[in-house]
Amino acid sequence: MAFVLAPSAPLSAWLAEVDKWSRNSPDFFVGRAIILDLAGVALSQSGISELLEMLAERGIRVMGLEGAHPDQLGPSLPPLLKGGRPTAGFEAAAPASSANTRAAATAGPAQRQEPTSLLIETPIRSGQSIIFPYGDVTVLGAVSSGAEVVAGGSIHVYGALRGRAMAGSMGNARARIFCSKNEAELISIDGYYRTAEEMDASLRNRPAQCWLQDSVLSIAALD
Amino acid sequence: MAKVIVVTSGKGGVGKTTSTAALGAALAQTGQKVAVVDFDVGLRNLDLVMGAERRVVFDLINVVQGIAKLPQALIRDKRLETLWLLPASQTRDKDALTEEGVGNVIQEMRGKFDWVICDSPAGIERGATLAMRFADAAVIVTNPEVSSVRDSDRIIGLLDSKTEKAEKGQRIEKHILITRYDAQRAARGEMLTIEDVLEILSTPLLGIIPESEEVLRASNIGSPVTLNNTASAPARAYLDAARRLKGDDVPMSIPSDRKGLFDKLFGRRAA
Repeated sequence: MAFVLAPSAPLSAWLAEVDKWSRNSPDFFVGRAIILDLAGVALSQSGISELLEMLAERGIRVMGLEGAHPDQLGPSLPPLLKGGRPTAGFEAAAPASSANTRAAATAGPAQRQEPTSLLIETPIRSGQSIIFPYGDVTVLGAVSSGAEVVAGGSIHVYGALRGRAMAGSMGNARARIFCSKNEAELISIDGYYRTAEEMDASLRNRPAQCWLQDSVLSIAALD
Repeated sequence: MAKVIVVTSGKGGVGKTTSTAALGAALAQTGQKVAVVDFDVGLRNLDLVMGAERRVVFDLINVVQGIAKLPQALIRDKRLETLWLLPASQTRDKDALTEEGVGNVIQEMRGKFDWVICDSPAGIERGATLAMRFADAAVIVTNPEVSSVRDSDRIIGLLDSKTEKAEKGQRIEKHILITRYDAQRAARGEMLTIEDVLEILSTPLLGIIPESEEVLRASNIGSPVTLNNTASAPARAYLDAARRLKGDDVPMSIPSDRKGLFDKLFGRRAA
């Protein structure tokens, strides 16, 4: 499965964002096939070469280009591709409305499935960080104070959630967070966050779920 | 072959050195050959608690660097002939410790002793990571207080990822030792309870050492608390913990010095 990067102007700001992303999840781009969608920027041939070089410095291998005019390309550049389907992306791919999902499900032959969930059977200790941009994360133990779980999808914690949980990290407003004991330091869905101080005391120390409703992060007890 | 144990905590001042000396002396009293090793290079204290500060010639760094041989640096305890100390250097810094050098020293000690107990410095830097690096088991010293518990949690994470055993895919044996526990204050809600600590750390309990003046008194005269006054509450708690470390099944209790009605009513036993 290829991953589509869509740069936007100004490029320096976009690159800064890429850097921020790589810092947060250092191995994210390792060994990944990346397609560069140039529709959002107007670049000359040398501009494209320069951008590719800057991405190469960051360990990002571009396998193909999209959204560029054939005139812009030269023999030294990666091939132009068409009809690539953006996966849940860095640039917050289209929100997965149910109609959208159905369309995607019926379009084209089924591709080889990457794992879409991660199961962690041990407690997550203070200072540890679990980053899984591809889907849901399930933790059987507790997430300690000072630990964090970042998931592209939803987060399920069967122990106490005492650290940070960030769901929908790749831009998924439908992601949710579930925990059997809410003592979280911070929860976040699709970039909207709430700290422990901003949580109602009545929602602490009990099972809870968090979801995003009209851009407001809601928390409700599950018991 | 010796069992190598690291006494660690993350946070400073929780009782690592006191516990190292007390457990070392307790194990040596059962006739086992024990070495206690001070990894706190630059801030050594184990020599003081063991009462051997005036007999230090060579130290761990000298042995790691090959300047001295291990038998030259080991100091035999005057009270227990199966107890030995390998002191740290006070003048050098932790960068003088190399992983290979420490590995060689630990390997050599494995053949000479039944127990090698490594007193880790506070923090998670080089000294602390090297102290735990070659351990078979860890004693995590925790005070019933939130910052200590969180630091212990961090250390447990490192034990499960950065030790040689963990990197080989094996599990390092871990034990929680709760020190400075005050049953009365816990009953009043001024301290975390034993249950709170164990719930957060989800690691088995080795023992509960009550807060006691006896600990400071023993330190000041350079004697492990398990040698100075074996009948005192902390000494009995450490002796029990040492037996559990050996694999004996000892019921968990919190020894007490006070014989007041209060203690009979509250919190004498842990779950």
